[in-house]
Amino acid sequence: MTRKLLLEHDHIEGIRTYDVYRKNGGYRSVEKALKSMSPDDIVEEVKKSGLRGRGGAGFPTGMKWSFLAKPDGVPRHLLCNADESEPGTFKDRYLMEKIPHLLIEGMIVSSFALGANQSYIYIRGEYMYVLQILEKAIQEAYANGWLGKNILGSGYDLDLAVAPGAGAYICGEETALIESLEGKRGNPRMKPPFPAVKGLWQRPTVVNNVETIAAVVPIVNDGGDEYAKIGIGRSTGTKLISASGNINKPGVYEIELGVSVEEFIYSDTYCGGIKNGKKLKACVPGGSSVPILPHYLVCKTAAGEDRLMTYESLADGGFESGSMLGSGGFIVYDEDQCIVRNTWNFARFYHHESCGQCSPCREGTGWMKKVLYNIESGKGKSEDIDLLWDIQRKIEGNTICPLGDAAAWPVAAAIRHFREEFEWHVKEPVLSQTENYGLVSEKSFVTETV
Amino acid sequence: MSEDAKIKVTIDGKTIEVAPGTTILNAARQIGGEVVPPAMCYYSSLEGSGGKCRTCLVEVSKGSEKDPRPMPKLMVSCSTMVMDGMEVKNTTSERVLEARKGVVEFLLINHPLDCPVCDQAGECHLQDLAFEHGLSKTRYEFKRREFEKVDIGEYIKLHMTRCILCYRCVYTANQLTDSREHGVLKRGDAAEIGTFIEKNLKNDFIGNVIDVCPVGALTDKTFRFRSRVWYTKPVDAHCECTKCSGNAVLWMIGDEISRVTARKDAYGEVKEFICNECRFDKKDKSQWTIEGPRKISRHSVISANHYSKEIPKHTTLLNKA
Repeated sequence: MTRKLLLEHDHIEGIRTYDVYRKNGGYRSVEKALKSMSPDDIVEEVKKSGLRGRGGAGFPTGMKWSFLAKPDGVPRHLLCNADESEPGTFKDRYLMEKIPHLLIEGMIVSSFALGANQSYIYIRGEYMYVLQILEKAIQEAYANGWLGKNILGSGYDLDLAVAPGAGAYICGEETALIESLEGKRGNPRMKPPFPAVKGLWQRPTVVNNVETIAAVVPIVNDGGDEYAKIGIGRSTGTKLISASGNINKPGVYEIELGVSVEEFIYSDTYCGGIKNGKKLKACVPGGSSVPILPHYLVCKTAAGEDRLMTYESLADGGFESGSMLGSGGFIVYDEDQCIVRNTWNFARFYHHESCGQCSPCREGTGWMKKVLYNIESGKGKSEDIDLLWDIQRKIEGNTICPLGDAAAWPVAAAIRHFREEFEWHVKEPVLSQTENYGLVSEKSFVTETV
Repeated sequence: MSEDAKIKVTIDGKTIEVAPGTTILNAARQIGGEVVPPAMCYYSSLEGSGGKCRTCLVEVSKGSEKDPRPMPKLMVSCSTMVMDGMEVKNTTSERVLEARKGVVEFLLINHPLDCPVCDQAGECHLQDLAFEHGLSKTRYEFKRREFEKVDIGEYIKLHMTRCILCYRCVYTANQLTDSREHGVLKRGDAAEIGTFIEKNLKNDFIGNVIDVCPVGALTDKTFRFRSRVWYTKPVDAHCECTKCSGNAVLWMIGDEISRVTARKDAYGEVKEFICNECRFDKKDKSQWTIEGPRKISRHSVISANHYSKEIPKHTTLLNKA
C-alpha cells in the first residue's frame, strides 16, 4: 500500500472542522516551524525534499522560493493558485473541500518561510462552495490563534484571505492571477520582470499551487530527506492524480511518484482497469494541454521501457513519443472514443479561454477550433490536416504566456499520433459520423535524447 | 552617459553601441533601415505598450558575451532588453520570417480587408505589413468577426471590425487623460475595445487615439470619407495653443484643411500629442502658420501626388488618337 502524505486523513469524519483536524496531528508543522526553525531552515528543507511545483510546470519549489527578491522594507507576498481550471484536473478541489485546514497550515508555514505577512488564496469563481469551506476554516484558524498577530508568541504576524476569480482559465497563469487579484483584467504580464521580483502590487511574490503548498506540511513535519526517499530520481514525494475517462474507478488518487502507468490504470488500488472490458485507445496523462499518447505508448516508452508516473518517464521521448506529468489530470480513452472530437473539444476550450491579448493565440485558437469542427462534422478537406499542423506550429512558442502552447500541444500530438484517424474522417465523412475509427496502428520511433 | 557604459549589440550583422536598458527594437531603430522589425502594438511614448502583436519577434542567436547561449524561443524585440555582446537575427533568420508570416496571417484572418473604403488606406500599418510579409491569398474559410460601428465621441468613430487589438488607444486614453473611460471588454477573439456604456469620450486629448491606431478602427469623423489620404497634401504647421505644443500636420485639399493630425516619425509614432481643439476645430488656414511641405517617405503612396511630372507629348492620349 502506498504511503499517503496529503490525503492520509481524508476518510475521517469531520476532518473539515478544526477540532478533528487538530486531533489528527494538524498544525504540528506550524508549531515546529515557528518554535524551532528559521525561515531559511524551511526553505532548505523544501530544497532537500526535491518538491516540484504541482501545478503543471514541475519547477523545483525550493529553487523558486530562493529566487524571491528580499529588498528592505518592501512587503512580500505568497499567493496560492487555486484557479484549477485545466480540463481533467480536479485534485485541488478535492483537497480543499475535504481537508481545508491542510492548505491553511501549508500557507502559514510557507508564508513564514518566505517572510510574507499577507497571503492570499486565489480561487476560481466556479468553486464558490469551496471558497465558503475555506473561509470557515480560516475563521477557525484565526479563532484558535494560528493566524493573526503574534502567532504562538513567536512575533510572526500573518493574515490570510481568499479571493475569488470570475471564472477564467487564464487567471491560473501566475501573472494574470496577480493582475486579477489587483482588480484588473486578467491578462498575463510580459516577463521579465518575474513575480519573484515584481509581482503583486510590484512587490516580490511567490505563486504556488494548492498541492505544492499542502506538501510543505509533511516536509516540515518529517524533514526534507524523509520526503525525498519517496519517488524516483528527481520526481520525489507523492502526487495527487485526478483520474477520469473510461475507467472503472475515476477519482482523486494520491500516488507515490514512480508507480507504473500500467499499474495505475489496471490495478484495483487505482483506476481499476478500462470500463466494460474495452481496449485502451489513448491517454492524456497530465491535463488537457499535455500531448495525448496512443495506446502503444501509454504503458511503454518508445524505447520499450516501462512508463512510470514520474516527471521524467512520462516525458521520455520528448513530444515525439512522450508527454508530461503536468497537473496530473489523467484522462483515459477506450477504443470507442473519437480523437478528432476530443481534440475539437479541447480546442473549443482554449478558444473560449484565450485572453485575446496577443495575436497568435487570439486568432489561432479560434481558427483551429473551426477547422477541427469541419473535420469532425464530415466537412473536412485533406489539406485541413496540414493547415492545422501549420497553425499550431505558428502559435507554439510565439505567445506571451503558456496558454498558446497549451492550445497548440494537444492538436499537434493528436495529428502526430492519430493522423490516420483524421484522414479517415476526411475520406469517410458519412461513416465517421456514426462509427469510430478504433485503435491506430503502431509507429516506430527513432528515439532521440533531447 | 560615458562611452564605457555603452553595450554592444549586433543585429543582422550590423553592430551598434547603445545605452544599457535599450530594447532590441530601439537598438535596431538606431541602426535603421532593413534591420528594424515591424511593430504594430509597441509605441515608445506609451508605458506598457508592446508585446502583444508579436510581429516584432526576432531570434537571439547569442544571448550575451557572458552567456553566449542562444535563446530557445523567438523574443519580442520591443520588450527584450539588449545585453552586451548580444547577437540578433531579424531578416536573416528563416524562423523569424516564417513566424512573422504566421502572425500577419493571424492578424488578417479576422480583418475585413475593406481597404478600398477604409480611410486609413495609404497610411495603414497593417497594409504595409501585409504587403511586405503576408500571403497573397487567405487560407481562412470562415466568417470573419464583425461588429457594429460605434460613435465613441463627438469626433471619433469606432469600427471594431478592423481592430487588431494592439491596446495602443487604451494606453493613450489611460495615460494622456485623467479618467479611465476606454478599455478592453470581453476576451479571446470576442475581445473589443470600447467605452462599456455608450458614453461619449469627452476630454481634451482623446483625439490622439486616432493617431495611435495602426489600422482604420478609430477614425476622425470630420475627415471620414472626404478624401483618400494620397489626394491630400501634408504641410507642417503650428499654431498658438494653450493646451498643447500646437505643432501639427495639415492635410490640404487645395486651400482647404481636410484634417489635422499630430506629427509622426519614421515609425509612425507621434512624439507630441495635440489637443482636440487643434485637431478638430481649427480647420481654417488663417488659424495656422504654415512651415512648409511635410517630408513623406518617397515609398509612401501619399507622396505619389506631390510631384507633378510633365507628361511627354507623344504619349498623351490625344496625341495617340
